[in-house]
Amino acid sequence: MRWFKATGWRHLYGIALLAVAIFPILFILSASLNPTGTVSDTNSLFSNISLNNYRDLFNDPQNPFLDWFINTQVLAVCTAVITVFLGAMAAYAFSRYRFRGRDAGLTGLLLVQMFPQLLAYIALFLLLSAIGQVFPALGLGSRLGLMLVYLGGALGVNTWLLKGFFDTVPRDLDESAYIDGASHAQIFFRIMLPLVTPILVVVGLLSYVFTIGELVLARVLLGDDVEKQTLAVGLFGFISEQFSQNWGVFAAGAILGALPLVILFQFLQRYIVGGLLAGSVKG
Amino acid sequence: MRSSSGLVVRYALLALVNALAVYALMALGDLGMWKGFTAVLVATVAIDAVYASGRFVPMKYLLPGLILLLVYQVYVVFYTGAVALTNSSEFNQGTQERAVNVILAQNERRVEDSPQYRLTVLDKDGELAFLVTDPEGEVFVGTADEPLEEVDDATLDDSGKAVALDGYTTLPYADLIGARAREITAYRVPFSEDAGDGSLKTQDATNAYVYEPTAVYDEAAGTITRDGVVYTADEDTGYFVGPDGAELTPGWKVNVGLANFTRILTNDDIRGPFAKILVWTIVFAFLAVALSFALGLFTAIALNDPRMRFRRLYRSLLLMPYAIPAIISAGVFKGMLNTQFGFVNEVLLLGADLDWLGDPWLAKVSLVLVNLWLGYPYMFLVATGALQAIPSDVVEAATVDGAGPWNVFRHIKMPYILVATAPLLIASFAFNFNNYTLVAALTNGGPPMTGAEVSAGHTDILITFVYELAFGGEQALYGFASAISILIFLFVGVISVIGFRQTKRFEEMS
Repeated sequence: MRWFKATGWRHLYGIALLAVAIFPILFILSASLNPTGTVSDTNSLFSNISLNNYRDLFNDPQNPFLDWFINTQVLAVCTAVITVFLGAMAAYAFSRYRFRGRDAGLTGLLLVQMFPQLLAYIALFLLLSAIGQVFPALGLGSRLGLMLVYLGGALGVNTWLLKGFFDTVPRDLDESAYIDGASHAQIFFRIMLPLVTPILVVVGLLSYVFTIGELVLARVLLGDDVEKQTLAVGLFGFISEQFSQNWGVFAAGAILGALPLVILFQFLQRYIVGGLLAGSVKG
Repeated sequence: MRSSSGLVVRYALLALVNALAVYALMALGDLGMWKGFTAVLVATVAIDAVYASGRFVPMKYLLPGLILLLVYQVYVVFYTGAVALTNSSEFNQGTQERAVNVILAQNERRVEDSPQYRLTVLDKDGELAFLVTDPEGEVFVGTADEPLEEVDDATLDDSGKAVALDGYTTLPYADLIGARAREITAYRVPFSEDAGDGSLKTQDATNAYVYEPTAVYDEAAGTITRDGVVYTADEDTGYFVGPDGAELTPGWKVNVGLANFTRILTNDDIRGPFAKILVWTIVFAFLAVALSFALGLFTAIALNDPRMRFRRLYRSLLLMPYAIPAIISAGVFKGMLNTQFGFVNEVLLLGADLDWLGDPWLAKVSLVLVNLWLGYPYMFLVATGALQAIPSDVVEAATVDGAGPWNVFRHIKMPYILVATAPLLIASFAFNFNNYTLVAALTNGGPPMTGAEVSAGHTDILITFVYELAFGGEQALYGFASAISILIFLFVGVISVIGFRQTKRFEEMS
């Protein structure tokens, strides 16, 4: 009884919560392996096992899952890497230099965050259709164009977070390097970036996760060409039309789509949790 | 210590940027897109000034991000405001002149029993020309500016078709179907000096026909006459309107002032659904934050006991829902909540018949619960961090002073946690206020409200409602949808401001 009062109830609660958290995941795994592929037959878990749905998923030219998967990974990785780089550059400037317009710039970045880019998707649609008349590679239906949009939207949030960490690196380090003759670029690449790597990883990971799940902008800006779409847009297509027929392939796609993220979270949890909390404590 | 290879790379990149900029400036100038022209010009000058000189060191680090931010975040917010003041829609883009051209081009028909001209497409200094052979073997050449004119020195092939002409290049086949296909199908060569005689057009770049206009534009009167009906340009609606009120499409873009906003507030068929959707959006965002924070905090307290084993294991498994993209989780739940066959009705509720996603109230409940499943792990993380950051000496001092666990929690821990998490709670509210993915995937706004003039559903939040207006319906109402977007912007902005001030108050308190 004493055990129950101290930690026993905590375990009971934790296990109950785990059941709720894990069950839908097991359920969709079971559905993805169920050969019938409709909602009606998937309620007895793991009663039938086959890879039919996975095979169908990779053999439907109308829904080129492999293309979606590759598009999404390339888009998410490139966006993450460049976002981190641009954010780090901006944070370095704000952290290490005093220049005219610095305070206004920082306040501006705060203000910008109050107007989520997401809400401007109509204007973005019209803007990209205009850009596309001059540079089709950056216009509607372009994955590169979508990436630039993501990059533009990420900077406001990340710069503040990164600047906080750059500020914690003692100035003596770069000042002594400067006296030794290092250029500002050398200080940035060889001294600052290695010292703030953990937060760079966090920002990159969060950007990666965000891009994979992003639906509105991808849906509006990538257009109707199925081969250019992302996983989120493709899976949304399964969900929104004739869902019960698509259930099996959706399940298989859901498992494959979620897998990279679930694995990433298990291995890099320390970074992600640490980063979220650091963000929260530092405001 | 500057390396020379770095210099080479730098100037090569700068040269590339400038070359692209020159191309863009020429193209933008050609298209008459002067706003874009100015933007590219300013950006290029700034890039050159910053990177070609040794001065402005901080700007070297800021400029690339700044340009992206200004274009894709700041500008589009203002542009949303500008669009909200117009009638912009799928059919109302560009100028009246463009609308006239499109209407005239659409209202053409092939002259009856007119001959088929065999066509060779030529190029002279980048401008197209049509070289045509009529059924009698006569050969003509013409461009968009110069009507057809007979020529006798063209090169003929075995069938008697003219295939080349001195002074012109014959376009290779690859261009006909590739790079210049669109330019060619849009090209027209006047048949004679009299525009009423029509013009030669081609659809396949091998044959051309004479088309005559069925609509006539009178610029002085501002009217288009088609089949004897006179359509007059209406500068208020941006359409050519006939006597019976029928509109010719496309129209053009005109400023309508605040008409889009007043329409939301004064049109009964819109005001009603809009008010309902606004209230539900606020309720949904509030419940999403409050419930997931409550559950996350409780879970953090329950699982944050140092005596407890497997804490890390619990934490990493409980995070699983957070790792899965919302679009996927929403799809999984949509399947589980299926009325007839879903797991929830059939197994959990032993064959109940609840319409989880089709009943106005149950659909709302479903949304909130699914969102709770998705959202509490984040709050659990945040609350765990905040709990661990509470200085233990404060808690100990209170305990020594005789405060019980509840009082310690209520008066010591809770204020700490709120200070640490308030900004995140507000951010979470703003996020859920615009949680498009979940609503679109789980209910897509449905079930639909009946009797609304615009497509609206009982679980629509503002952003899904706007999406349907802009991209979902029969006609994309960009202007009207942007007006609602502006209202959302204002709302989210006000919440953020209140949030920041609230945070300051908390900080002063502690």
